[in-house]
Amino acid sequence: MKRHVLHPLWVAIGLVGLIFLARQFLVPDDFGVHGESFTYNYYRLSNVDEWKAFPVKYQGRDACVECHKDNVRSHRRSPHKRVECENCHGPSGNHPDDVEFLPLNRERDLCLRCHADLDYPNTARADLPAIVDRRHKRKRECVECHDPHDPREEAS
Amino acid sequence: MNEEIIVHGVEWTAKELFVYPNEFIYWSIQIVMYPYMTGLVAGAFVLSSLYHVFGQKDLKEIAQFSLVFSLALLPVAALPLLLHLQQPLRAMEPLLTPHFTSAIAAFGIVFTTYALIVLSEIWFVYRVYFVHELEVLKGASGFWNLLRRGVYAVLTLGARDTSDEAARVDHKAAKILAGVGIPVACFLHGYAGFIFGSVKANALWMSPLMPVIFIMSAVVSGIALCMLTYIVIMEWKAFRSRRRDSVAAAGEIKGAEIEIIGKATRYLLGFLVAAISLELLDLIFRGYTAMKSWDILRSVMYGKDFVNIFVLQYTLGNLVPFVLLLLPGRTIKRTVVALLLVLFGVFMMRWNVVIGGQAFSLSFAGYMHYHIPIIPHSIETFKEGLFGALTVIATPFVLFWLINKFVPSLRSDVGEA
Amino acid sequence: MTCTRRAFMKDALGCSLATVLPAGAFTLLSRSEARAAVANANVRWGFLVDTTKCVGCGMCVKACKNENEIPYDAPVTRTWVERYIVTRDGRTLADSPEGGRDGYTSREIRDEDIDPDNIAKAFFVPKLCNQCDNPACVQVCPVGATYQTDDGVVLVDREWCIGCGYCIMACPYGVRFFHPVHKVAEKCNFCYHRITKGLEPACVQSCAFGARRLANLRDPEDPVTRIITTERVAVLKDEYGTKPNVFYLGLDANVR
Repeated sequence: MKRHVLHPLWVAIGLVGLIFLARQFLVPDDFGVHGESFTYNYYRLSNVDEWKAFPVKYQGRDACVECHKDNVRSHRRSPHKRVECENCHGPSGNHPDDVEFLPLNRERDLCLRCHADLDYPNTARADLPAIVDRRHKRKRECVECHDPHDPREEAS
Repeated sequence: MNEEIIVHGVEWTAKELFVYPNEFIYWSIQIVMYPYMTGLVAGAFVLSSLYHVFGQKDLKEIAQFSLVFSLALLPVAALPLLLHLQQPLRAMEPLLTPHFTSAIAAFGIVFTTYALIVLSEIWFVYRVYFVHELEVLKGASGFWNLLRRGVYAVLTLGARDTSDEAARVDHKAAKILAGVGIPVACFLHGYAGFIFGSVKANALWMSPLMPVIFIMSAVVSGIALCMLTYIVIMEWKAFRSRRRDSVAAAGEIKGAEIEIIGKATRYLLGFLVAAISLELLDLIFRGYTAMKSWDILRSVMYGKDFVNIFVLQYTLGNLVPFVLLLLPGRTIKRTVVALLLVLFGVFMMRWNVVIGGQAFSLSFAGYMHYHIPIIPHSIETFKEGLFGALTVIATPFVLFWLINKFVPSLRSDVGEA
Repeated sequence: MTCTRRAFMKDALGCSLATVLPAGAFTLLSRSEARAAVANANVRWGFLVDTTKCVGCGMCVKACKNENEIPYDAPVTRTWVERYIVTRDGRTLADSPEGGRDGYTSREIRDEDIDPDNIAKAFFVPKLCNQCDNPACVQVCPVGATYQTDDGVVLVDREWCIGCGYCIMACPYGVRFFHPVHKVAEKCNFCYHRITKGLEPACVQSCAFGARRLANLRDPEDPVTRIITTERVAVLKDEYGTKPNVFYLGLDANVR
């Protein structure tokens, strides 16, 4: 009979076959359903380990006390005791191995984050000592007068 | 790796009042173009199938043309997506690892299936012509003739039988494919509507009516484009033959036939009424049920987007062409104006859905304004700007011109009867 | 004619196979790996935000950007802090300038100075990815580039994401964005690289006021989990059915 009608079908099947062949080369072997549901757990498994290996930047204050005993001690006794060292000094990364000095941020804006007077009632913010920026020693650095590690002390 | 810092969307988004920090207009002009172009594809195919399946003989010429034009439109339907993707080199992944819970994953399968159907149907319609051309070109020389011989040799797919029986079989197969292709074309565009309608996070998009609205307006745009292009081409040919005072009888090229246009117009109007009814139904329901999102939606639809929706889309794009096409004494000129307005109206519908859906923040307390990049100053502002859109619009005509050189869709003596 | 009917049947079969086979292929190939990978039934990460403690210092946003390499000046962030002011004359104003990255140091909200006597209440609301049980963003990813791990965190595979943005549109909370450098989808992942080493997320560690806390929802001894299960907590936008795992103490009705 007129079998030429099937020729487009062979082309179609060939195309589908090509896609399957491409899959073998282009799709990583660990791509599949790794969990209970196809909806939420269809992925490339090795990506999880890739994310676990992402470099950590913030070490946390326990890493600082080894070398910076004095500052850490005065900081621990002060009203600033729950403020992380790295909040003001930036992420320590591999310090001191790759970075010798962490930046010293002396700008007003850093302190104003907590201590700018917003005058909002009934907020945790209202419990913090605060200044109105333009009325308190404008343009001067806060740390000229206030010791950032123990703000009850005067700056040395 | 490209270290340049570009926040996608920041260039063309203006935020007003309270908008979440990460919100920008991520789906911009190319995502408007994409359903528009796939709609034209679906509509052109349905128009062609009206002839092949339902035997509407008057539509034969325009049917031939719209089938091939549908093929020219097909790669262009994928082009806006390639321009939009942040990682276009990975565009094959929906075919390699399709996550079928996503409507976009359906794209790979449906698009491929539909492309194969259109290609197969064109093959069955023009196969005998290909074989004849091979005969005619035997022994011909010159680069162009050799190229055509090569192309036709491949296109015949080895089926050289031109007997009456073979031709009958071709005709039957084309008819079957045209029939099978209608639901596939509907699915192709219905799923595009599903992409939007299933996003529960977007208060404007989420609606079960969205797939149906998209299909109806897609068919409208497809029929309108085919009618328009058909009129333009036929009138141009008639104009050219009159200018040349050609020996070919004036009766051969008459220009666009009024009866054909009239027939196609009736279908156009039917789908137009369906599309507008569904959209109005959606709007009325939203206003009546007044869900949490209604306040912001109302301020967007009746306020900021009022002109876009009610003036440009509903009035200029639907009501005016409706009236123009129904008034007695319809001329070709008036039809052309109406068709242009219809195409504009369908474009505005896509715009109002895509851009309108991002005109308000997820917070329901702020707005985002879309400023389409006009003069591109970077790859991104070209791809997602006016010139990217113009590129997408121009490409089907270029492709059609190329395809037409091998598959003559405008000759009534070619292609199975 | 029977031959064309046969041709049609073959064509239909071919098309159905073409649709079904891809679905079958990958499931058959990966079941064995699935069993091996499902290891951790003991951990399900959750989060507790106490809005009564947040002062709007924005240290969390800064720490997150540094830890997760989001360009500081880019107007996108994995986590952010919103400010709400409810006035006595019935207005609610909200803002989040640069996501609260530089803290809130000015009383002006949206260029308007509100008279303190007119403020009925004002508060700050930190937000981050909710690592939902039914994440809509994962459902709509066309290629399997974003997914939920066995301990509940939703991650994005940067090597596989095609950058279509569907996940960004699907998230009701607006936590996703395109990474300005990597050009793929990005969002908070609870600092997955830290919590799987026993560290806390950067935002949790940097909060001096205890407004942010990580929890293991499967550990009944976890003090944070105890708060979540015994005290009155709320979640954001639960009407979307996503089942978020970030719980809030002191969540106000005005919060968007």
